[in-house]
Amino acid sequence: MKGDIVLRVIAKLLLPFIILFALYVQFHGDFGPGGGFQAGVIAAAAMVFYALIFGLDKARRVVPEPLVERMVALGVLIYAGVGVAGMVLGGNFLDYFVLDANPVVGQHRGIFWVEVGVAVTVSGVMLKIFYMFAARGRFDDESREESGQ
Amino acid sequence: MMAAIVLVITSTRSLFAVIVLGGVYSFLMATVLVALDAVDVAMTEASVGAGISTVLLLGALHLCKREEAKVLQRPWLPLLVSIGTGVALVYGTLELPAFSDPAAPIHTHVAPRYLQEVMKETGVPNVVTAVLASYRGYDTLGETTVVFTAGVGVIALLRRKRKPGKT
Repeated sequence: MKGDIVLRVIAKLLLPFIILFALYVQFHGDFGPGGGFQAGVIAAAAMVFYALIFGLDKARRVVPEPLVERMVALGVLIYAGVGVAGMVLGGNFLDYFVLDANPVVGQHRGIFWVEVGVAVTVSGVMLKIFYMFAARGRFDDESREESGQ
Repeated sequence: MMAAIVLVITSTRSLFAVIVLGGVYSFLMATVLVALDAVDVAMTEASVGAGISTVLLLGALHLCKREEAKVLQRPWLPLLVSIGTGVALVYGTLELPAFSDPAAPIHTHVAPRYLQEVMKETGVPNVVTAVLASYRGYDTLGETTVVFTAGVGVIALLRRKRKPGKT
């Protein structure tokens, strides 16, 4: 599949728009449908698409696996961190009203960071699962022999 | 249409066809959810059900045989159990309030308050996002942790050992 020029060109054309759409879904989730979960899945799907067309090794070079593994934990930490920040500022756990002098702005800020956390964890997990499944198949059998892993 | 797809899925032997039909089923389900005005859920269904899980199942198919194994005995007992469970569940729904009944408990509990106060309290026009991230923040934290746990589980099970010959 890697050699097909049509697939490669179309993939290169489509990928920026997929990632842009993921960002749109992420940051427009307050006003329209969408949010962290959907945005994370779409971003992961963009990388899966890239890996399918250009091969797993190239995808691993773009988004290296240690980064993906850190994203898995980082998202939950961001989410819980927002909760702890609320506690530090004198509210309850996951209390967004205290995050800013204006409670409504505080709510906005809390929801924003919580959604970021969800998106980071979801895209990390999806991508990690895909990497693990793909790496066990014949996808990178050649590459494993080369790198001697 | 969806029932037809389910019938084909249960009858066909080719696992590849089953996975593709599963994606088709997810897209149809997403359409149903859009018709029910649940756009957020429809989006999730389309991206997770039809997108990511189809790719993951194809990846799993890579690792095993493409044909379903022949059944060894007639599965009458499991069939009976699942039909019995289905009948019990349908019987349970008979007592539920009618669909979109405004007097149903779900519409009179906290939903009106969320719908009326959401702009004043959070300033977020999308009520779904406000409920998910703010009013039900604990639940979403739990959900994120579930996703995290799933990822950790897959890593723990499938991580390749460094020793050669052990994959």
